[in-house]
Amino acid sequence: MTDYPIVEATDIPAAITALKQHYPDAVKEDTRQGYSGVVVDRKRLVEIAKFIRDDLGFDYLSSATAVDYYGIADEMEMVYHAYRTAGGPALVFKAQTPRDNPEIPSLVEIWPGADFQEREAWDLYGIRFPGHPNLKRILLWEGFHGHPMRKDWHEAYYEQDHKPFDSRWPAGHVRRAEELNVYGKNVRYPADIDLSKLSDRSEEALYSDLGLGVSIQELEGDASLKTDRLVVNMGPHHPSTHGVFRMIITLNGETIESLEPVMGYLHRNHEKIGERNTFLHNMPFTDRLDYISSMSNNLGYALAVEQLLAKGARYQPPTYRAEVIRVLMVELTRIVNHYWAIGFLLNDLGAFFTPALYAIAEREKILDFFEATAGSRMMCNYMRFGGVFKDIPERIRSVANLVNDRVRDFNTMEYLTELINERIPRSIDELDEFLTESEIVKSRSIGVGYLPPEMAIAYSAAGPLLRASGVPYDVRRAEPYSIYPELDFDIAVRTHGDIYDRYLIRLDEMRESVRILKQILPRLERTRGEPIFAGSKQHTPRVPLGEAYGRVENPKGELGFYIVSAGDEKGPQNPWRYHVRAPSFINLTALGQMCIGHKVADVVAILGSIDIVLGETDR
Amino acid sequence: MSQLDLRELNSTEFPIPDEMQGNVAITSLSKIYNWSRRSSMWPLLFGLACCAIEMIATAASRYDLSRFGMEVMRASPRQSDLMIVSGTVTKKMVVPIVRLYNQMPEPKYVLAMGACASGGGPFKEGYNVVSGIDQYLPVDVYVPGCPPTPQALLFGLIALQKKIDGQSLANLDDVPWYGVGPSEPTPIPILGPDIIDPRQMDLIRRQAELAAAGKPYGIREIPAPVQKQEAPQVEAKTKAASEGSEDEAKAERMRKREEALARKKARQGS
Repeated sequence: MTDYPIVEATDIPAAITALKQHYPDAVKEDTRQGYSGVVVDRKRLVEIAKFIRDDLGFDYLSSATAVDYYGIADEMEMVYHAYRTAGGPALVFKAQTPRDNPEIPSLVEIWPGADFQEREAWDLYGIRFPGHPNLKRILLWEGFHGHPMRKDWHEAYYEQDHKPFDSRWPAGHVRRAEELNVYGKNVRYPADIDLSKLSDRSEEALYSDLGLGVSIQELEGDASLKTDRLVVNMGPHHPSTHGVFRMIITLNGETIESLEPVMGYLHRNHEKIGERNTFLHNMPFTDRLDYISSMSNNLGYALAVEQLLAKGARYQPPTYRAEVIRVLMVELTRIVNHYWAIGFLLNDLGAFFTPALYAIAEREKILDFFEATAGSRMMCNYMRFGGVFKDIPERIRSVANLVNDRVRDFNTMEYLTELINERIPRSIDELDEFLTESEIVKSRSIGVGYLPPEMAIAYSAAGPLLRASGVPYDVRRAEPYSIYPELDFDIAVRTHGDIYDRYLIRLDEMRESVRILKQILPRLERTRGEPIFAGSKQHTPRVPLGEAYGRVENPKGELGFYIVSAGDEKGPQNPWRYHVRAPSFINLTALGQMCIGHKVADVVAILGSIDIVLGETDR
Repeated sequence: MSQLDLRELNSTEFPIPDEMQGNVAITSLSKIYNWSRRSSMWPLLFGLACCAIEMIATAASRYDLSRFGMEVMRASPRQSDLMIVSGTVTKKMVVPIVRLYNQMPEPKYVLAMGACASGGGPFKEGYNVVSGIDQYLPVDVYVPGCPPTPQALLFGLIALQKKIDGQSLANLDDVPWYGVGPSEPTPIPILGPDIIDPRQMDLIRRQAELAAAGKPYGIREIPAPVQKQEAPQVEAKTKAASEGSEDEAKAERMRKREEALARKKARQGS
């Protein structure tokens, strides 16, 4: 076993000093209790961001999100987390703007990856970004009343700012929210609704700037041939969009000129609800982000809250056995996800369902283990702040899944050993054997959807998408968490940046996961009987003031949780800000660029190779 | 051989000739219709959220939906009989869902899979979430769970088959599609300032008038929740309240009856 050197905290204080030296008037340190990083004068934000990227080398903008400090500071704030692709912790910088006329310059020209995130901030917070090329609503529709994530905006079923609601606890009287609403529905209309002028503006707004039916373009070199642009709408109901995703594709002949992703069809207000829940309440909600890999979502959220808890006095880090089980679960999840991703990529390439059936057959075995341990196949709700909620069981008994009318009963360790040493490697080899050299797979995917490395970084791409473009960036190594530093594994990297490499890198990653799991098994044996939870179990952990950004390498890319705790230790314990940096959402920023010049059939494959899940994209 | 009177065939007493005894089965038309419908229920290939993953797992080899003649998932609503609403219905998505439902040819069925599709689920309070697809479409079967396991979905599908088995062609409430002409399409919601159900236009207009007059609007006034410790008082109160509401209900019934009579008179007059 090799002990890998952890990339040291790469002189964040030095970077902050350099910033302050260069911009003495415009940069000051964030001195609020529990906060870190710098606050930047918003008028000079673009200039300073350029300095941070070019001179300080923080070339990767991981997350950009808004916070509404209504009632605390009467300000809104954009928080940016920039990293170096060489590894190390984040440089956090913020820009503040008054609430009544919020305006912050756009950073799209510095980091194109800020595109969707700024649109989201406009949609949900109403912050305008001068310089943004396409500042439209992204999750809701044009014409929606208000900006719902603002703290003073209340929805139709609003009861109270924080849970548990007084009406439910301790009195325990439950009333259905519909009963209080005249319409019996989850709707609320502004007082000045004008029903005479009512029309659905949302569709019109999508197509308005495409210039339809106006320009007839001449193909280059052949003046006699005239061609009209054609707009094709794909989704939200389409078998190949992996859910309710929608694209508006402008074609010239058969070639794609531009592609605009339209999302929000599964926007279920994860963050608004999350800011009302207590910290622990949010754990089951994270399951439903990337619903194929709920265990890793749990871990990301647990890490973020543990970061905050660590600022308190009585914090105890998770026990060793808890960390071992966490890594076991997370790596099994990665395998599950990649089975799914490969199976459905092949679906998108036209091999309808046969490869997918093969790919997800072994997934059921892993889900049986999850079910036996956490109680649910998919929505595991398994991690807690300080450990996991239950040890893995001695035996796996599956009463519901009978085989020849017999209850299946296995010793868990034997089951896992067989799974990890035999079944999973065998099925990975099987996929490899049938697919990798397939003539059709190769001709459909090699050289299609190329994403050059510098563009992948600029677009904040993450996970397999980034690494298939030749950037060896993996949070497990770049900013290690849990027990990854003591585990022996390699970061899978491929260099061609096309669909084929994104397929291959998933096979590589599954094999690396098996390698990790083989090291986990003896650790599981060794720590048998040790505690799985540090400290005492609490329903509402007391979370100190401050901010935290916890991130993990999810199967789909970097999943980050930005959490602000503003309540004191005695008040309601719910996050003031709860933001999810969703890899599926941000990876889509580059989709339009990757598709230009290809055909419609390729779009489906390129989208499949990014591997998105709409629960996470739309949140 | 004497001439066969075709009308005799309508009688159940009609003797089946010996040579045809093994080849003919007599049953009711409803049974034949139901049998063919329930044995080839084609779902719409259509996933909304988390539940869709379990729906795919149900279709995959371990749980094998094809045992029930349901494995033929069609991507086109024109070719499908069953809409499995598998996941959270958002306001933005309910517009295409209603449109898809309208495009499905009759007979058609809707299965609400999971907590979200049945009633909003964990995301019910969200500003973009519809509290169950049954606010817009008629639902035949609800499957609880978050998400329902494949076994639960199979159980729900078998429940739907049983429901179909019980339908009778004689009862047009059961099978409205055998009535005259196709059913009315469901009105498609509008994405205005919030989602607008066209069936509620009048209600919205009245509320807007209230708002314009500066009165409270949009909220239904109902008594505060009953507190446990005030048990004796509350009993009296609720009794009074229920009496009051009984009177109101009676008055309402009388009013409706009078209205109906007036309408009838008007019709006879014209």
